[in-house]
Amino acid sequence: MDQFLRTADSNWFRQRIKGAILCVLAAFVMLFVRLFYLQVIEREEYRRLSENNSIRLQSIKPPRGLIFDRNGDLLVDNRPSFDLSIITKDAKPVERTLSQLSYFLETPIDELQSKISRNKGYSAYTPILLKQDIGRDSLAQVEVHKFDLPGVGVNVEARRHYINPNSAAHLLGYLSEINAEELKSGKYPENRGGDFIGRFGVEKTYEHYLRGKRGGRQVEVNATGQVVRILQTVEATPGQNIYLTVDIGLQKKAEELLQGRAGAVIAVDPGNGEILALASNPSFDQNDFVSGMSREKWEALVSNPQRPLENKALQGEYPPASTYKIVTAMAALEEGVVDEDTTFFCPGYYNYGDREFRCWKEGGHGTVDVIKALSESCDVFFYQVGQKLGVDRLAFYAKGSGLGAPTEINLDNEASGLVPTASWKKNRTGIEWQRGETLSVAIGQGYNLTTPLQMLTLTAAVANGGAIYRPQILKKIETAEGKVVSESELQLRGKLPASRRTLDIIRKGLWEVVNSPSGTARNAKVPGIEISGKTGTAQVVGRKADETADKKSEPVIKPHAWFVAYGPARNPQIAVAVIVEHGKGGASDAAPIAREVLKTFFAMKKPEQSQLQAALPLHP
Amino acid sequence: MFDRRLVQNFDWGLLGLTLLLGIIGLIILYSAVTAGTPEAQRVLCLKQLIWFCVGLVVMLVCFLFDYKILERWALPIYIVCILLLLAVLIFGRYVGGSKRWLVLGPVSMQPSELIKITVIIVVARYYAKVVNTIGLGIRELIYPMAITFVPFVLIVGQPDLGTAMLIVVIVGTMTIFVKIDRRSLIGILVTSTIALPLVWFFFLKAYQKRRILTFLNPDRDPLGAGYHIIQSKIAIGSGMIFGKGFLKGTQNALEFLPEQHTDFIFSVLAEEWGFVGSLVLLLLFLMLIVWGLNVAQGCREPFGTILAMGITAMIFWQVFVNLGMVMGLMPVVGVPLPLISYGGSSVVTIMISIGLLMNISMRRFMIE
Repeated sequence: MDQFLRTADSNWFRQRIKGAILCVLAAFVMLFVRLFYLQVIEREEYRRLSENNSIRLQSIKPPRGLIFDRNGDLLVDNRPSFDLSIITKDAKPVERTLSQLSYFLETPIDELQSKISRNKGYSAYTPILLKQDIGRDSLAQVEVHKFDLPGVGVNVEARRHYINPNSAAHLLGYLSEINAEELKSGKYPENRGGDFIGRFGVEKTYEHYLRGKRGGRQVEVNATGQVVRILQTVEATPGQNIYLTVDIGLQKKAEELLQGRAGAVIAVDPGNGEILALASNPSFDQNDFVSGMSREKWEALVSNPQRPLENKALQGEYPPASTYKIVTAMAALEEGVVDEDTTFFCPGYYNYGDREFRCWKEGGHGTVDVIKALSESCDVFFYQVGQKLGVDRLAFYAKGSGLGAPTEINLDNEASGLVPTASWKKNRTGIEWQRGETLSVAIGQGYNLTTPLQMLTLTAAVANGGAIYRPQILKKIETAEGKVVSESELQLRGKLPASRRTLDIIRKGLWEVVNSPSGTARNAKVPGIEISGKTGTAQVVGRKADETADKKSEPVIKPHAWFVAYGPARNPQIAVAVIVEHGKGGASDAAPIAREVLKTFFAMKKPEQSQLQAALPLHP
Repeated sequence: MFDRRLVQNFDWGLLGLTLLLGIIGLIILYSAVTAGTPEAQRVLCLKQLIWFCVGLVVMLVCFLFDYKILERWALPIYIVCILLLLAVLIFGRYVGGSKRWLVLGPVSMQPSELIKITVIIVVARYYAKVVNTIGLGIRELIYPMAITFVPFVLIVGQPDLGTAMLIVVIVGTMTIFVKIDRRSLIGILVTSTIALPLVWFFFLKAYQKRRILTFLNPDRDPLGAGYHIIQSKIAIGSGMIFGKGFLKGTQNALEFLPEQHTDFIFSVLAEEWGFVGSLVLLLLFLMLIVWGLNVAQGCREPFGTILAMGITAMIFWQVFVNLGMVMGLMPVVGVPLPLISYGGSSVVTIMISIGLLMNISMRRFMIE
């Protein structure tokens, strides 16, 4: 054995290990000294601190960012709310304190009790929110009797306030309290129980910017829980302010026009895709979501057949009806199926296979070219054109125009609509495409589905010469100090699959819709401004089997009325899409709404001129 | 194959120390999860007991074979561990803002625990070949640096700065142990003094700097780390000399302690068992570490010596960093206290390490 011990390496290692043991001993002496200092020398001080549990952490909530419209008009701000909370460990006896509170707050004691029992799992030093936004009277009572109410505290909390209730509700969205599962999921590392987070609309999309960063302080409290000393403070960082592209004036006008009907009105700047108004009716009061809604109110919202919570502008899918003829005309001209001079004869019906397809106009339009077909919305013209094109060529142009896919607006739950093709139907139903179905598709019926926002984007693209812009709702984001953090950028998503010449022809057709003596929307004229547009009247036929079943039991369903428009015709500054659910027709229901929106827009553009017009009675 | 000398040389002392620490750990864990918390938490105690038993089995496996075959297996094991770390980055589960866990059916594991022991084995194997009394030159240090760098980067990416640094510190300790020649040592010191400010000013982003500053000085984060340290110090100090008694710790019961069953478990012990209890645990750890160094000394071939030294260094640094942290002497690092903190991967890794120590200890007479 000696031969192993003799090696020089072993001895050398032995020396090194001795060194290591010395280092370890030194480190442990350090730990020992520290332990001795904490547990022997400073023991009384730490025992005192532990007995009162006097070092606590208070959270400072950041004020949420404000939301403005494009002109800097405030839409959403924060308003102080006096929230009452209790720390059960300090509030001895809890029962008596609660019964007194119940008297001051005029709230049944059971309700207060249940708030406390709901927070059982937490530490007894965690404040429990008893009641939000107590009135001034209750506040005064609580403050006066402060000394009889140990452990009770009133916090001033900033509460979200929507300045124009019901207005732009779908765009702005709302907040609600974060729930236990979301907190657990780890997706909201910055949030705590009791925080409000964006649930819908802009509040949700820009949550990250609006929420700010929480601060807090370390405080020392006395035995009754009152703060004796602030040890350290970290200020909260306020959320960033958001400027939207909408104009609240135009928005309110659009909403006023929709009063009493279900539908949507959207307006966009065709030059850059900035949304100027986005109204969906019926609407709801966002403040109800923040203050906590009663069950009845919630059920009324959810069970309303007009779906107030749905943003119809981008979640509603409707057959585009005759507004789709823009696409059919584009496809026909591009594919050389017709040119400017091609005419068809419309006797008021078209026989195809063993079926008669009717034109909306009994007696027919006579001889029609593409411009007249657009302006008078002749179905027979488009039946024939559609038949020549076939469904798949039509679908190519529809998809190229942005239909059948989300417009990528920065809002949740956008529907993508549906552009039918032969293979889609085969996959979906297993049945071959019937050529007669192409005729329905060519006039925007059949399986076609679009959202108002898709039709608006398409209309804006026709107006601006073919550029499909991504709809923008955000103008800029600023810090609370006014430093611009980000600004919206023009985002081109594509080009209409149409030549300049084709677009010129379509625009002429759309101009005649409003301006020709026989156009379908002569009632959409705006004094002093040339408007172009397209009407649509969508027959309501369900795509799904259950929907059709519904229709059988309820046969009288009025069609949806469409109108898309832009103006001025030669130099478009605004494009509008209107849908009115279950109206009479595009011309009678939707076109007048678009006209008023356009009128308001141009009046706001030139305030002096509009005052002049108001002064001079134009219409007797 | 099975030598009688193996049984005769079995390291009963090491086994005894391990069992003692494990039992103490379970008792404190019971305190940590029982007092003031809902019933469901107690299941953690049972889980830890199961992990401890799994650890004992793994420990048994780890001393049955001759540790020298690890020289051959070191690299393949290392590569598997690196792949696991990569898998964590890709498939890992987020817990509390970082991706450390790999979920395999009912079991979830932290490969970053396993890689510690693997790096030690690979580096020990290498140093055993190049060790000499003059010391290692820079060129000989490239390999261990590379071996450390890969897991370091992967673990920083999780992000788990504490564990990543721990690996560097362990390899650094092993390197100093096998000696660096004077010229290289001076070279390294000079380069790092120049490089650190350069990295600080030119490579790190503002938020990274902030994180490191908070790491070094918890007071910069009075709502997070700073608050935790204050509460931990109150818990330890208020235990006074004899402690508040089993299950009577108020800081623990009222949940003023953060992570009281993992990183801050020593505060629970110190509060309930006082200076006396803390001292007992401190001495047990000291014994374990000195024992490990003794095993290193008893072994007569370089690989075993350096491996034992590396393992002991790992245990030492975890104990020192963890206790230093909860007493407010050190940065707040998520390093578990060996055998005491809750956590399966941690317990099993430590038991593997102790198994290897026993292995080396048992075979100290078998060197030819």
